[in-house]
Amino acid sequence: MNARRDFFRKTLAGAAVATGATASAPVQARDNLQLSPDALGLLFDSTLCVGCKACVAACKSANNLPPDYNTPAHGLWDVPLDTTAKTFNVIKVFQNGKAEHKDRVEDGYAFSKKSCLHCVDPSCVSACPVSAMTKDPKTGIVGYDPDACIGCRYCVAACPFEVPKFDYDSPRGQIGKCELCRHRIPDGQFAACAEVCPTGATLYGKVADLKVEAKRRLSLKAGDMTRYPRGDLSNGPDRSWEGPVAPYVQHLYGDKELGGTQMMYLSAVPFHNLGMPTLPERSYAAKSESLQHGLYGGLVLPIALFGAMTWVARRNSKNDEHGDGGEQ
Amino acid sequence: MSSHEHAPVGGRLLTPVTFFCVVLFILALAVLGVRFVHGLGSVTHLNDGYPWGIWVVADVVIGSALACGGFAVAALVYIFNKGEYHPLIRPALLASLLGYTLAGVGVLFDLGRYWNFYHIFMPGYASPNSVMFEVAVCISLYIAVLWIEFWPAVLEKFGLADAKKKLVGTMYIFIGLGMVLPMMHQSSLGSLLIVFGHQIHPLWQSMLLPLIYLMTAVLIGYAIVLFESCVAAAGYRRSIETHLLNPLAKVMLGVLAAYLVIRVGDIVARGALATAFQFNLQALFFWLEMVCFALPFYFVGSEAMRRNPANLFLGGLYLLLGGILLRINSFLIGYMPGDNWSYFPSTGELVVTVGLFALKIAAYIIITRRFPVLPREQHAVAA
Repeated sequence: MNARRDFFRKTLAGAAVATGATASAPVQARDNLQLSPDALGLLFDSTLCVGCKACVAACKSANNLPPDYNTPAHGLWDVPLDTTAKTFNVIKVFQNGKAEHKDRVEDGYAFSKKSCLHCVDPSCVSACPVSAMTKDPKTGIVGYDPDACIGCRYCVAACPFEVPKFDYDSPRGQIGKCELCRHRIPDGQFAACAEVCPTGATLYGKVADLKVEAKRRLSLKAGDMTRYPRGDLSNGPDRSWEGPVAPYVQHLYGDKELGGTQMMYLSAVPFHNLGMPTLPERSYAAKSESLQHGLYGGLVLPIALFGAMTWVARRNSKNDEHGDGGEQ
Repeated sequence: MSSHEHAPVGGRLLTPVTFFCVVLFILALAVLGVRFVHGLGSVTHLNDGYPWGIWVVADVVIGSALACGGFAVAALVYIFNKGEYHPLIRPALLASLLGYTLAGVGVLFDLGRYWNFYHIFMPGYASPNSVMFEVAVCISLYIAVLWIEFWPAVLEKFGLADAKKKLVGTMYIFIGLGMVLPMMHQSSLGSLLIVFGHQIHPLWQSMLLPLIYLMTAVLIGYAIVLFESCVAAAGYRRSIETHLLNPLAKVMLGVLAAYLVIRVGDIVARGALATAFQFNLQALFFWLEMVCFALPFYFVGSEAMRRNPANLFLGGLYLLLGGILLRINSFLIGYMPGDNWSYFPSTGELVVTVGLFALKIAAYIIITRRFPVLPREQHAVAA
């Protein structure tokens, strides 16, 4: 009896050790997902944005979205304060002090674009239990399928940039977020926000090309003149214009953050002023999935544990005088 | 043999308590009616900063943890071979069965696109990388296992001895499943938060979340047995099973001590301890949580204290509160989506959550009055 108990204890202890060991084993760890060579994205240059919001209007029109009234001017103007299930893109402004100088913190202001960053290793895709959020293996666009979605809103809670939004006002509500105008690509068009941007502050193209362009701008001397492309950087046509170089913060936001994002930011004010969180390089999705795969990979541990538990339960309930499991 | 171990309590089904519980549940149904016609926003305070409210945190995360009594006691009896706790299994299983079933139903109220729910089980849609997928599948399977584990009591009630014998012969398989499935999903309820990254306060964001959630689920399991045994004894004017609850409380304290070492050790190791001494809501609720986890040592720490049923009740109660606070803290208080968002449950949300708990209580009373669930009174066993 005692020997038997000892054996079970050891079995259980062994299982526990195995659980711990597997959970921390680096072989099980999932690395960050890698950027596709054909990945598409946006480069938002805050120093070029004049806050005209042409992109906000174009986004609504390209995605057939209704007006979004959330200001006192209810019913008059479509002036969304943030992205919602019906507004996939907004321009926000950072203001400080007298807010007189563009792209400066002291008494300054700066514009920022809020829309999906199309993470290289997205939390929302990892979170979604039913593959309603997907990452296109070629373009890397994070898409949403309402017909698959169960409305659990794990993606809404998980997104580090608060991008997916849910429509709580409808009994058939769905998630709304930027899908980089993937429905326009088959017609040879591209993201509406970049198409209408008059200054090239929002620039569309292959992520690889956008990164080269961003690093070119970061290498320029503030005050010098340079050419800024507009529209589609990778496929043209050349609609570039010449303008002065702003005193950039020497960082391309989205290059490394959480394993990289396909929409990236340049700015002359610190990124936290634009509302962008400071993030580690290892993606949260990789952390979460490493843990899950470590514990449940191939169902090895659960099955082993089930086998051990069943065996112990059977032995114990056989000799059980009271017996419910062994209720004979 | 065991058919003598449990017995229906008997008595009227319609009492002031069951009536009141049913009224509360009907109110909840009314709120749910509005929710299904006009959408989640019509009755809840959910928003895009706080997309999960108490229908997730209280009804599912806490509700299922409160239903861990069956799992925790079965572990003692069948895995650690402590047969003496056997009389506690059926009442704990019933509470688990009701708790999990209603947690499962409660999920459907919260899902924005509930008509697609079955996608979780369909190979074309199911995404095994998702922690939510693992939680949903394991909870669904476990609800089925709980019904099977409880079924002997139903067969016994209707005198189907042969059928019961057959079922019981295979029960060890379901006992095994009844161990593994809760271990999987109770830990995963904690893992749900890992992908939230920096949005969860450092006092709660940890790679040990699955272990923290699993250990507290077991603790809540023992605490709820103490709590329910005391309440059932008082409510039904039965003698309290001190001879079982007393040593159970000791087991509970052992697990609790191990938990606190791991929990505090993890916070220190991650360098998050300093955040506990800041002056903010998160730090305040952290200390509330820790005090609730520490108080059971005071109430049931010594043999003399444990002899008093009131202390067993309080020890169980504070441990329950600790486990509940951990879950509220990590999912809501410690969830920080940004300055512009706030959440406090609406009346409608509270009515639904209260109504679901009321339904569990009514069902527990009705079933224990008619089915052989609670241990037969001591003198009757001796006879």
